[in-house]
Amino acid sequence: MLVEIVSPSGRVFSGEASRVKAPGVEGSFEVLRNHAPMISAIEVGSIVVTNTGGDAITFATSGGFVEVQNNHVSVIAETAELATQIDVDRAKAAEERAVAALTGEMDAQTKAKMVKALDRSRNRLRVAMSNVGANR
Amino acid sequence: MASLRDLRGRISSVKNTQQVTRAMKMVAAAKLRRAQENIFQTRPYAFKLSEIIARLKNQLDPTSHPLFKERDEVNNVLLVIVTADRGLAGGFNANVIKQAESVIGSELAEVNANGGLKLLCVGKKGHEHFSRRGYTLVGDFRGTFDKLSFLKADEISSVAEDGFLEGKWDEVYVVYNEFKNTISQNRIVEPFIPIRADRFLTPVMENELSHIEKEDHKFENDLIYEPDVQGILNVLVPRFLNYQIWRVLLDSNAAEQGARMVAMDAATTNADELLKDLKLKYNRARQDAITKELIEITSGADALAAG
Repeated sequence: MLVEIVSPSGRVFSGEASRVKAPGVEGSFEVLRNHAPMISAIEVGSIVVTNTGGDAITFATSGGFVEVQNNHVSVIAETAELATQIDVDRAKAAEERAVAALTGEMDAQTKAKMVKALDRSRNRLRVAMSNVGANR
Repeated sequence: MASLRDLRGRISSVKNTQQVTRAMKMVAAAKLRRAQENIFQTRPYAFKLSEIIARLKNQLDPTSHPLFKERDEVNNVLLVIVTADRGLAGGFNANVIKQAESVIGSELAEVNANGGLKLLCVGKKGHEHFSRRGYTLVGDFRGTFDKLSFLKADEISSVAEDGFLEGKWDEVYVVYNEFKNTISQNRIVEPFIPIRADRFLTPVMENELSHIEKEDHKFENDLIYEPDVQGILNVLVPRFLNYQIWRVLLDSNAAEQGARMVAMDAATTNADELLKDLKLKYNRARQDAITKELIEITSGADALAAG
């Protein structure tokens, strides 16, 4: 099954895989071979692609879509970062910024934005951390 | 005949200008490379997104999303015109402006006469041109290209989208330069909202798709939607529009740098020719002066010897 992950900053991944796990808006799901055609929205979380050799490759994403069609999985992500390439210090700084901003006064719109930013930075941290123990 | 000093002055001024144009050419070349990389990086995402939109549109009823719906009566139109912030790029800005004006003068003449035409100018040049001529401008997007970011694209498409939904305009078009290659641009007038049933393709896209879309194109019609069609469309459509504008901005930016590079290259070459000419004149004048002096000396000496 061919898996392709694209984001506005380029094609992040493209290759054969046996499994893809994605954070659907109605719960995390996994796509295997011969999955029925589907379009699903995904939210902030991690995408795990298991390649044919059985190695798991983890990406942090902040939402987008997954399309499954004839054993071709396209992930159209707003952002998709390889877990090993996440800049932990930057993610931490972003988290701290969001936390600090959230303590102040603000209108509902900015607040929603900051909550999302916090969510994203925490997700990146989580994905990066979970990758630390993996022997790769 | 110009004096030696005049010629010297001109030569040095042409040299200075040439230095400037050469530097601008180098800068444009460097920026062009970056702009091109940006385009290539974003393209796969663009294609996927428009592919999915096109497929969904074919499968769904056109009334399923307000931005798909074409209005029967078109009284108000928004024209998004993308120019550059700076000049000195050959005919780059003039060409888009001309294109926009020709559209205003033909297809949109009626709308314009009824006062239903609004313009959104991205880039300083277009903004100045059209505000001077009394058009109704929406928003101020001067300086967009100084620091090009996805947020700007988001802002522009939000303006277009919100106005459409509120009924401020019934159609939105985008006029811009598409980056074809370094030396040439395509001028494009692209329908933006409502999203048409058939996919609008620029010459460059057609060219690329003809390579890609040879794979089999059998799609199954009973897709599973999660959460549901409406939910997907609500997220997908605005993102698609944002992305379209972003693509237009990137293309226009690359085209601008390409146009500037070519213009500055031509200017540098011209300066070279001018210099050659001036140097020839200068050397002739110098030689003339020397000859004259020599004649004076020898004839002076002759006169002395004779006397």
